[in-house]
Amino acid sequence: MTTGTGAGTSRTGTATTGAAGASGPGGAAGTARTTGTAGTPAGLTQHSGTRGGIGESTLRPDGTLKVTGEFAYSSDMWHEDMLWGHILRSTTAHAEIVSIDTSAALAQPGVYAVMTYDDLPTDVRHYGLEIQDTPVLAHGRVRHHGEPVAIVAADHPETARRAAAKIVVEYRELPVVTDEASATAPGAPLIHENRTDLPQGPPTGSGPGGTPVTGHVPHPNIVHRQPIVRGNAEEAARRADFVVRGEYTFGMQDQAFLGPESGLAVPGEDGGVDLYVATQWLHSDLRQIAPVLGLPEDKVRMTLSGVGGAFGGREDLSMQIHACLLALRTGKPVKIVYNRFESFFGHVHRHPAKLTYEHGATRDGKLTHVRARIVLDGGAYASASPAVVGNASSLGVGPYVVDDVDIEAVALYTNNPPCGAMRGFGAVQACFAYEAQMDKLAAAVGMDPVEFRRLNAMKQGSVMPTGQVVDSPAPVAELLRRVKAMPLPPERQWESSEGADVRQLPGGLSNTTHGEGVVRGVGYAVGIKNVGFSEGFDDYSTARVRMEVVGGEAVATVHTAMAEVGQGGVTVHAQIARTELGVSRVTIDPADTRVGSAGSTSASRQTYVTGGAIKNSCELVREKVLELGRRRFGTYHPAWATAELLLEDGKVVTDGGEVLADLVDVLGEEAVEVEAEWRHRPTRPFDPRTGQGDGHVQYSFAAHRAVVEVDTELGLVKVVELACAQDVGKALNPLSVVGQIQGGTVQGLGMAVMEEILVDPATAKVRNPSFTDYLIPTILDTPTLPVDVLELADDHAPYGLRGVGEAPTLSSTPAVLAAIRNATGLQLDRTPVRPEHLTGTA
Amino acid sequence: MDFLRPASWEEALAAKAAHPGAVPIAGGTDVMVEINFDHRRPEHLLDLNRVEELGEWEADGDTVRLGASVPYTRIMEHLRGPLPGLALASHTVASPQIRNRGGVGGNLGTASPAGDAHPALLAAGAEVEVASVRGTRRIPIDDFYTGVKRNALAADELIRAVHVKRASGPQQFAKVGTRNAMVIAVCAFGLALHPDTRTVRTGIGSAAPTPVRARAAEDFLNAALEEDRLWDSGRAVPPSVAEEFAALCSAACNPIDDVRGTAGYRRHAVGVLARRTLTWTWEAYRGTGRAADERGGAA
Repeated sequence: MTTGTGAGTSRTGTATTGAAGASGPGGAAGTARTTGTAGTPAGLTQHSGTRGGIGESTLRPDGTLKVTGEFAYSSDMWHEDMLWGHILRSTTAHAEIVSIDTSAALAQPGVYAVMTYDDLPTDVRHYGLEIQDTPVLAHGRVRHHGEPVAIVAADHPETARRAAAKIVVEYRELPVVTDEASATAPGAPLIHENRTDLPQGPPTGSGPGGTPVTGHVPHPNIVHRQPIVRGNAEEAARRADFVVRGEYTFGMQDQAFLGPESGLAVPGEDGGVDLYVATQWLHSDLRQIAPVLGLPEDKVRMTLSGVGGAFGGREDLSMQIHACLLALRTGKPVKIVYNRFESFFGHVHRHPAKLTYEHGATRDGKLTHVRARIVLDGGAYASASPAVVGNASSLGVGPYVVDDVDIEAVALYTNNPPCGAMRGFGAVQACFAYEAQMDKLAAAVGMDPVEFRRLNAMKQGSVMPTGQVVDSPAPVAELLRRVKAMPLPPERQWESSEGADVRQLPGGLSNTTHGEGVVRGVGYAVGIKNVGFSEGFDDYSTARVRMEVVGGEAVATVHTAMAEVGQGGVTVHAQIARTELGVSRVTIDPADTRVGSAGSTSASRQTYVTGGAIKNSCELVREKVLELGRRRFGTYHPAWATAELLLEDGKVVTDGGEVLADLVDVLGEEAVEVEAEWRHRPTRPFDPRTGQGDGHVQYSFAAHRAVVEVDTELGLVKVVELACAQDVGKALNPLSVVGQIQGGTVQGLGMAVMEEILVDPATAKVRNPSFTDYLIPTILDTPTLPVDVLELADDHAPYGLRGVGEAPTLSSTPAVLAAIRNATGLQLDRTPVRPEHLTGTA
Repeated sequence: MDFLRPASWEEALAAKAAHPGAVPIAGGTDVMVEINFDHRRPEHLLDLNRVEELGEWEADGDTVRLGASVPYTRIMEHLRGPLPGLALASHTVASPQIRNRGGVGGNLGTASPAGDAHPALLAAGAEVEVASVRGTRRIPIDDFYTGVKRNALAADELIRAVHVKRASGPQQFAKVGTRNAMVIAVCAFGLALHPDTRTVRTGIGSAAPTPVRARAAEDFLNAALEEDRLWDSGRAVPPSVAEEFAALCSAACNPIDDVRGTAGYRRHAVGVLARRTLTWTWEAYRGTGRAADERGGAA
């Protein structure tokens, strides 16, 4: 095996993290955490004796490598004698494929293989997270711009690219379906004829959400539909003194991860294949890849390679099957790396949405009812659309108490780019709309928007529109109070004795204003996000933990299939092992499929679920170690039999602090190893007609306050400050928690003022597949980001923790929008806001 | 693709004469993007990085002779005094890394309407020095842009330098993008006061098929300033004059709708920028030589 990288850094090696690099409590994170802790979670008894455990801001083992450019990403892999794969993609959004002529490509010197649908080795020729509707290569028809049609392997990437360009595909254009009207019009072309997923039984344990596809979608171009009906909204509406309505549009956001899709497939001597790939869930990939290759799952050996960001965009397969097919066909290793242009076609995006809302309130400011209809555009293939619908509908009211609710969410099949998972997953789109409504309604009632929210905020014990009781802290009102109580940034910060400092103004160094036309606005928003997979999905993780003596020291090895996509799982896993096992040296083995599934790195779930699995396996290891100790030393000290025993600082100690033995002596030559699955509390599917059911595991809450300066004449916005207060249950690594909150906040800012994939409504073709025209915030667009971390333990979760990654992505966007509305007085019912919308020149 | 690496300017001109289709590359800001995306696959690339004099400038006399490859970073650091408009424009070019490599020659060679240097060069009234084995000539900037991404160069010519008069009055440059940095212009505007000739010149970027001047606006303003003797009196430009000037600048645009912005917005924004940059430069002009310097542009 000669897999490696040019830089000589072995990514597939193990990451060993010692406690030595840890900053102590109150290290770097201390400055960003502006508040202390409320509620002490269980398990802390282990913490005091071992450095680098949970609650400390230990540093990332991969941090320095990434900052210095030495980290090997999946696109950096190399194998002796490897070929390069390239994918030919459709140039049109909807067409019949009349013919494909690959002869010129095959004739090109250096080309080893060209494959189309007809060359696929088995009868399994489709894949998909929830519905297997996506062809490995297009068959007779393409349904969206950029759909894979043929694949090429050659001895040089440029050769492969040029050969692909010589493949002649004759298309016969078909009319395009681009929105709800064209999808459900009489005689509308069916995106998927002969759907076999209608109806379907209960969740099969496949794919995120595991949502059953029910038989009551009104049209075959609707992937999934979920109503949420509670109380009687129509009747409640009659009690409302104020009713506000709005129709909102949410644009198509891209994950815009910086490491493009890439991987390396190496054919094995046993007829199998080794696949090194950047993904979010190795075992989900495996389940989809193996049947297409015609291989048993144990012959497709997957190893996670360096992931350059994911945000949901790596939940679906990209180049995995294509690289394996070419490797097995040619007998040579095949590497595929998308370029940036291709990456925009190579992964799903966040569903754009149209959301229609009606809210009512009484004179004293209590919500009476919410009626809503949410239409999500799923594009050409299902991806995670059913689960996104489940989230958008069940979380569609937001973190408020409303007894009478009538919501319907649907996802469409269209010829637009396929949409699926992205950080916030359905809850983001809904939050944008219901928070705009809450401001509108507060204004109608004549209340301060924050006080109006606080008055209606849910709390522990509140009932969701699904009937689920929120049975852990839900400090919505407190988060709003905290974020409002933060000091505001000074007015007119651009003024200086030297004149205007344009860096503090909209437009920045582009020098568009020296203060003319600039108006400040302040806006608030709060959101609710579910943590973990929902709706009855069997959401588990597997952890293998070994403890042994190496070099005269007790060390732990943790092996999971958890995809480290930048969230810091490798850091937190070592912290958990240190805390539970009282060792300082912890080795994190590379994630691969030689260990059981860890589930997906998504839904804010990995610290909860794989962290929980590691904690659980560590506890089982600890029991075994103590048993070993009792056998060896039990006769020397009665405490072995009578006391509560802990592992701390490399020793077995009593709860009173007395040292009984050194772990080195207890273990001796033995290695103690446990591999076990761990599950969170089960959830239930939503009723297909009423949406009632305990569908979610845990909820996570964040509130934002945005302060903006708007150049009202040019329509340019500078976000000056974006403050966040979030309850995280327990911050296992406070520095990482703050990083997640700041990252999610900035991703939401991007959605508010610049990020949008533009699709031509006439042709369904993508207009801006580049970082030149798909803009994401730079550091100069990033405002001050004060973070107030609240820690109210969820007693059902390991250490009381709450998944943190997604909640800040929800409320950031509507807070910025609210601030811009506050500055301009405009309605602004779509996001992102463009200068045209602020200047009446759209 | 052959990669030609002349060691001197003479060798570069000879190579260009021998291979008129050769694409010159210096910083590579535009050329590498086109090659990477396979939009362009020239037979020859002509690497100018070994021609040292292209990276040099002379600023001793009344005119700055700015080598085609002088990086934007250098313009920002060293030529803010004589070339204030171009220095402001240089600030807005892409990222620090690209500003360290890219120069005005690339903007002129590509002749994209979105090139950040163009409005400043138009407003300043630059001349482009081009050369071939046949000799050297200077093209007034007003005659340089001939069409969408087309310029007045002959096939065997290379851009040697630009000649820009040392600023005799305040100059401004402003660019609208939907991000605060690293953004291609939705539209841009350059304005220069020339007290020595009592004229005002403008430049508009990204709002017409080529970079253009707002000539009618200039004529109107020049006449108004003359008529009211404002160059002498140093009184403020009347708001009605500024409004009319802004409206004429908007009217000089001939923009398109594209992914970066609508035509309507571009027209509107150019008007706003025209009014603001006129105010900033005129207030700065009024401040020169007067008691308190109230410049700096704070509103």
